[in-house]
Amino acid sequence: MTEVMMKPGAITTEPVLSRSEYEDFLYHEAALLDAWRLDEWLELFVEGATYEVPTAGAPDDADSSESLFYIADDYFRLRHRIKRLNSKQAHSEWPRSKTLHTVTNVRILGAEADGVRVTSNFVTYRTKNDVTHTFVGRHYYVLRKTDDKLCIVSKRSMLDMDNLRPQGRVSIIV
Amino acid sequence: MATLLKAVPEKTGRWVVEDRNKGVFKVAREAFVSDAIFEKERERIFDKCWLYLGHATELKEANDYLTRNVAGRELIFNRDRKGSYNAFFNVCPHRGAMVAREKCGSALGFKCFYHGWAFNNNGKFATRMGEGFYPEDFGKDGSVDLVRVPRLEEYRGFYFINFDEGAVSLEEYLADSREIIDLVADQSPNGMEIIGGGQQYSINANWKLLLENSFDGYHAEDTHATYFEYLSDYIGGAANDDLSAAKVESRAIDLKNGHAVIEGKAPWGRPIARTIPSWGEDGAADIRAARAELEARLGVEKAHRIADGDRNMGIFPSLVINDIMAITIRTFHPVSSGLIHVNAWAMGPVGEPRLQRKRRLDNFLEFLGPGGFATPDDVEALESAHRGYGNAKFAPWNDISRGLLKDQPTNFDEEQMRCFWREWARRMEDQ
Repeated sequence: MTEVMMKPGAITTEPVLSRSEYEDFLYHEAALLDAWRLDEWLELFVEGATYEVPTAGAPDDADSSESLFYIADDYFRLRHRIKRLNSKQAHSEWPRSKTLHTVTNVRILGAEADGVRVTSNFVTYRTKNDVTHTFVGRHYYVLRKTDDKLCIVSKRSMLDMDNLRPQGRVSIIV
Repeated sequence: MATLLKAVPEKTGRWVVEDRNKGVFKVAREAFVSDAIFEKERERIFDKCWLYLGHATELKEANDYLTRNVAGRELIFNRDRKGSYNAFFNVCPHRGAMVAREKCGSALGFKCFYHGWAFNNNGKFATRMGEGFYPEDFGKDGSVDLVRVPRLEEYRGFYFINFDEGAVSLEEYLADSREIIDLVADQSPNGMEIIGGGQQYSINANWKLLLENSFDGYHAEDTHATYFEYLSDYIGGAANDDLSAAKVESRAIDLKNGHAVIEGKAPWGRPIARTIPSWGEDGAADIRAARAELEARLGVEKAHRIADGDRNMGIFPSLVINDIMAITIRTFHPVSSGLIHVNAWAMGPVGEPRLQRKRRLDNFLEFLGPGGFATPDDVEALESAHRGYGNAKFAPWNDISRGLLKDQPTNFDEEQMRCFWREWARRMEDQ
């Protein structure tokens, strides 16, 4: 597992908040996803943000320009992902699956110029068509305070699984 | 007096019915859900046909290996010390544990962790036994070497196996699909390679549903409306209009032996070599250069077919090579009648510059795979159909008649699926 600790001498304008403030933010994010309040979830992201899910078992530093991911959204595609998920024509998620996002082991990894690196473990349950699937892994965030609100600069969800069997798809936001 | 239609004999099997007089082609839903039919498929199809194992570029150096399950069998695909490609059953000749348990690596040999039996990477038994336990010439006859898969053959870097020693050659089996494989293999002067990080996922449906879906132009507008909305925004035009225009020019081609391809021109950008406005002037320049290279190397006609055509090809029974907004290679081996294990890979030119590789992978992810804007909806459709087939006793038939009586069926007809089903029936229906 790669961890980027505070770099000595790094120029940062981003103050590091207490862990509980980041935890509150991540719990809020999870609650928005469980309630399918996806437009509000999208508003958590700054313009230009990225959202990535590398393939299960990929190294933490996997590069979407060199390796095939499941999801490697720039902000344009992320907006469309949410537009799509809000539509009844996103058949994979209509009728909507029930999800439960749990977040644990929240740690502050360090501050950089673009924001503070925060990680958590996660277990996300998705229930659809009478079956409940489990996704497990780690989220890596870069979070920044903008206009007195915490925002997501980037989110990468690493799946600590061998593959997507039996889950089959990542059509929810894990 | 009206022209008398010449009567064409009806081909009525138990599971596949083709009646050209009525313009009807039907497949029994029992063929998707019956465990007895699945067992018969294992014997008559998966133990007899050429099955895709992997690509040459997945094993770059001598001694490289990977482990892979093909049609329910655990295999090792490797290169020995001399660099030759091999396929072994991943099972110790002694008591049966798997001798390679990592996904991939480099190994001069394989050692079973259970009792320590060891093998060179050419499969030869290489274990030092204590004196007195076995006869002196134990294993000299090859009887405790790793067991080779009966046949391993290659076409343009695509390695296939066959569990039937007496099968026809791979080239003969591939028949006209070779021409379409060439259109992929010829896309770069440096050769084509598998891009790192394949996608492995499962679908709770019968494997034949995914074969049908993988080259089904008819479903695109309905199932994938949200993808085309995205695409319209991305390319700055109405992708649906382009799609409608494409219907006229497209065609389905029978490639023999149950293989078929649909070929047309779709609205998305192709990393080789059709640009879209959102790739900007840089993208346009890259594409101009790629087209010029193709024309110089392959001639104008073939270059244009590669650059402008989108092709979805099914190779009987369980391989798809789709050369569309990106190139995907996909196998879908059944675990049971109602469960598929899918392996999907992306393919691109060896030495592709980073920005072009990124465009290619973005194109792939927009549509394809478990997190794409289209594949998850296909999975939902397949699983939904499979559940529906539980009603087979009372609602027994799938209709795949669309375009049956046309001289030249298009992408939006169902001829490509009929090519598959005719071969399936030939192998499965008792005469």
